Amino acid sequence: MTDEGKALPERGEAAGSPPGRGFPTGDLARISVFAALIAALGLPGALNVLGNAVPITLQTFGVMLAGAILGARRAALAIAVLLVLVAAGLPLLAGGRGGLGVFAGPSAGFLIGWLPGAAVTGWIVERGGRSPGIVRLLAACLTGGVAVVYLFGVPVQAALTGLPLGKAALLSSAFLIGDVIKAVLASIVVRGTQRAYPDAVPAVRIERLRVSGER
Amino acid sequence: MSGLTGAYVPGGSLLHRLPAGAKLAGLAASCTALLLLRSPVALTGAAAVVALLYAVSGVGGAAAWAQIRPVRWFAVALFGMQLLFVDLPGAVSSTLRVVLAVALAGLVTLTTRTAAMMACLERRLAPARLVGLDPFRLSLLLSLTLRSVPVVAELASRVREAQRARGVERSVRAFAVPLVVSVLRHADALGEALSARGLDD
Repeated sequence: MTDEGKALPERGEAAGSPPGRGFPTGDLARISVFAALIAALGLPGALNVLGNAVPITLQTFGVMLAGAILGARRAALAIAVLLVLVAAGLPLLAGGRGGLGVFAGPSAGFLIGWLPGAAVTGWIVERGGRSPGIVRLLAACLTGGVAVVYLFGVPVQAALTGLPLGKAALLSSAFLIGDVIKAVLASIVVRGTQRAYPDAVPAVRIERLRVSGER
Repeated sequence: MSGLTGAYVPGGSLLHRLPAGAKLAGLAASCTALLLLRSPVALTGAAAVVALLYAVSGVGGAAAWAQIRPVRWFAVALFGMQLLFVDLPGAVSSTLRVVLAVALAGLVTLTTRTAAMMACLERRLAPARLVGLDPFRLSLLLSLTLRSVPVVAELASRVREAQRARGVERSVRAFAVPLVVSVLRHADALGEALSARGLDD
């Protein structure tokens, strides 16, 4: 799973960008704005979809959205940008968390896992061509946004705390149901968005950028 | 945007004056050292060192607590589980290890200006050139993201109002789909504005 994530950049580059340059300006804007969207989903108040009673963070939901809409390579970069800003001390994570402490804390692996998680989500959606179906979107969100993130999060938590892997998994499983619900919602929302705005399908955008050539 | 100022506490201590790169290197070294310390006695010594560092920095108790507060329940749960499955010394050391690592990282954050930390990270990220991000594009990405957070929050509250007007307040779909579409529209307009200003060269 992680190997797939690593093999992606070359593919994305070959398919998506004019030769000789990494990212067209339009991509930079999308990457920034999606990184900001993930940050904004962690802001208190404004975005509590289910009311203030349910203390869920929608940031992993944002990670899945970024993966499914930006595609593997751009989504990974959006997450990287967000994590760099967090490391610099900005309170961009849910609950106003930020700073280097989050990378030393028990959930560090889950944060790091966002990066390959978004990339894998994007990779699966990209394979779906011009109109990825709801089943593929759901599979992408579950694999990338949940499985891959936990794959990174649980071992890191075990290593940092000295708990055996099984115990750490048990400790994390409390969040599993919420994350699966977020994956289901994310795939529904991505499907709706891609119908309303076809350019939100990674394959469509890559194709359009190729046709419009190097501006 | 009031929330985007970081946790920096102004001051003139030795820790404030150290360059960001040195502090990052020191943090990496001391977190590794924490992983190697096994006995509760050694870790209690480490806790004393961390407390001393906080005293030297002069950031104050409230700022220090704000750094550790997010892991407090986790620390309690971890201590309980370790006590149950291992023993008291093991529980003390592993809990201390996590709390101290978080406290040290927090100390670096508290004594380093966000701008200085970002400049340092940008230098560290120079290898990003290999994936097509020169230093200029990299800093454009970072600053554009910061600028976009309040914009996206504003878009979200607008969508929220529209949702209220339509009477579909509890529908996630009626919130998220318009939000993501308007975020995408904003991003693509921003991209065109950037190319129009010659950033696409």
